[in-house]
Amino acid sequence: MDWSQIAVDTFSASLGALAIVYVLAAQGLNIHYGYTGLFNFGQAGFMAIGAYGVAIVSAPESVGGLGLSLWLGIAASVVAAVLLALLMGIPTLRLRGDYLAIVTIAVSEIIRLVLRSEWSEQHLSTGGNSGINGFAGPFYDNNLLARIGGIPATRFNATRYEVGPFQYSGRELWVMVVGWFVVAVFAVLTMLLMRSPWGRVLRSIRENEDAARSLGKNVQGYKMQALVLGGVMGAFGGIVLAIFQNLALPDDFVTRTTFLAYAALILGGAARVGGPIVGGVIWYTLFSFMNNVVAQMKSADLFPESVKANAGQLPFVFLGVALMLLVVFRPQGIFGDRKEVELDAR
Amino acid sequence: MLVVCLVVLGTSGVGALAFESSASASVRQAEEQEEAAEKIAGTFRNRDDGNNPVAGVDVVVTTEAGKNVGTATSDDEGRYELELPGPGRYTAELQTSSLPKGVELTDKSRTKLTFSVNPGQRRALIFPFGKSTLTSVSKLDKLPGTLFDGARLGLIIAMTAIGLSLIYGTTQFTNFAHGEAVTFGALATWYLNQEAGLPVVGAALISVALAAAAGYLLDTTLWAPLRRKRTGPFSLMVVSFGLSIALIGGFQFFFGSRTRPYSEYVIQEPLFTIGNQVIPPRAVITMVLSLVVLGGVGLFLQRARFGKAMRAVADNGPLASASGINTERVVKLVWVGGTALAGLGGILYSLDQGVNVQQGQSILLLMFAGITLGGLGTSFGAAAGCFVLGVAIQVSTLWIPTSLKNVGALVVLIVILMIRPQGVFGRKERVG
Repeated sequence: MDWSQIAVDTFSASLGALAIVYVLAAQGLNIHYGYTGLFNFGQAGFMAIGAYGVAIVSAPESVGGLGLSLWLGIAASVVAAVLLALLMGIPTLRLRGDYLAIVTIAVSEIIRLVLRSEWSEQHLSTGGNSGINGFAGPFYDNNLLARIGGIPATRFNATRYEVGPFQYSGRELWVMVVGWFVVAVFAVLTMLLMRSPWGRVLRSIRENEDAARSLGKNVQGYKMQALVLGGVMGAFGGIVLAIFQNLALPDDFVTRTTFLAYAALILGGAARVGGPIVGGVIWYTLFSFMNNVVAQMKSADLFPESVKANAGQLPFVFLGVALMLLVVFRPQGIFGDRKEVELDAR
Repeated sequence: MLVVCLVVLGTSGVGALAFESSASASVRQAEEQEEAAEKIAGTFRNRDDGNNPVAGVDVVVTTEAGKNVGTATSDDEGRYELELPGPGRYTAELQTSSLPKGVELTDKSRTKLTFSVNPGQRRALIFPFGKSTLTSVSKLDKLPGTLFDGARLGLIIAMTAIGLSLIYGTTQFTNFAHGEAVTFGALATWYLNQEAGLPVVGAALISVALAAAAGYLLDTTLWAPLRRKRTGPFSLMVVSFGLSIALIGGFQFFFGSRTRPYSEYVIQEPLFTIGNQVIPPRAVITMVLSLVVLGGVGLFLQRARFGKAMRAVADNGPLASASGINTERVVKLVWVGGTALAGLGGILYSLDQGVNVQQGQSILLLMFAGITLGGLGTSFGAAAGCFVLGVAIQVSTLWIPTSLKNVGALVVLIVILMIRPQGVFGRKERVG
């Protein structure tokens, strides 16, 4: 067991690109669940749409993509996420909350199953279960950090940089700068919106939908706007993931992903701007700590042969139990207000 | 050493691509716990001739470098076997001149087959004989067999969904961990059968009892205390999802991600044929058993005192409580019975599909779709909805690719919510 390696890997992961993915997804869920009281259990679907929007639009034509610029890819992702929110919201927002939960979980599975099917591999060039890769090149070629440092982008991207226990490749650093910038933009946006009259209406819908309606507010309309906004934030989580991996993979977007994002949100505290950010970082640190420990135990041959191949499942067992305990004993997380997060059936 | 061998029950390499349940039983992975040399072995059967064996067929096997390994010849029962010098890639060429009169390959140009053999693997050669089902069988011919498969799938989903629906009805709680009860039943049976050596029937009975016990334990230690705390529906859903993530992780940690079959009833002689599809006895037994169980549950809910109490609690909890019904006891029984039924459903499902740790997850979504179709919170409606959904899923494979058939079911879910959110049998007040 190499504990110093575990420490370095865990510290690096805590602020790394993958932590940003969970933070963005959780920021979206914060709009849905935290402020509006919507049970969106299909955030993974929004993330998948984000990832594949970029991948399909920006991948070169040789691999079946459209060969357009990354900017257009990101724009396509956002448009697709808006459409997806409308599709999910229209049938369910007028119904009680658990219908939205079931529909969103179903839609996110539909998206994943379609993306990984042979049919879409042939007809939509989604690459089936091996996904689409090789579309993020321009993002790394235009690495601004390299330009500031006066180093050729290819060399900068491949070099490892260290600050204390944090170690990142130049490539990941660039993703992190852009990713945390997006997180900051969404955090400021959320803060401003929730102080505005619009945000007050959202919270009043969460607290008492009928009261909001009796004051003449278009509850359905507000819920839909919240669903769209949070969905777009989730899509950006998918975009960051796809660009960082230079790969859009259908099975990254299983329903488990949605719940890891929820865990991040609940841990930090729902209905707080900082909740998803702090929660996402802590949650992902914990997750990667367990993954790193399991990986080290595997290489030290500490598992019996029969379970070694599936030792990677152990962190999920702990995380699942941790999520249960968290919701039961401290549903408000670190920063939340218990009165705000315990919602009745709607 | 674990040896995986691909057992091919002659009939169809082609049909298996189109249907998942009965036909695919013919191509199925089985496991043997013995040391073995690499070899090819299997049985040639003729689809045109009632799946009778094809005798005297010569297959010449050569290594990748072109060196002749030997000739496998099928005996009177169509069986052939040839030991290979070791793992690697081989080419098998069927000698068309050795074919008996009137027997033809499905695809006459496909006499050569290249395959690779892993260490210790026993491989079957797939040379389909008889007219191609893909070209000669119309959708109409496939329909009866597909309906049969769908009915069976629908009955199994209905059985697993009763618990989910009753739990929702009595406690307003959408249990996302219900799929894991399905997986649990199948897994427990697999361990008792393959590891402890019990016959499948005995293992299944014990597993259903274990599932019931698990339902009791979970309700007593987890859900009942949360009910007493008056935990909100969102928290309950998230807790159940945490439980589901932990259980799937745990199952996969021990069982692995492979699909594995039970030791019995995997390879069966067809009992009869519906349309173009052969029906093994296990399919019929599964259906009869599901019908009996569903009928029993229906009678119980209709006639028995406790069953009536269940429906009363599902209908109006406070009123039932005020009329002297012990709602906690009713809910506990719902948990015990519902989990046991889900476990049984998982066992029956795996009889045909093998055991996989993810199966509960995908069945759970089908349950949601079926229940929504029938009406959330109703027990008969939910069962009927699941049955219709199962049939619809299988029939849809006539037009849409098999890999997308579950997608169709989920689309049904969304469409139903758009046009009639209370479901076919539900009442409007439940939705508001």
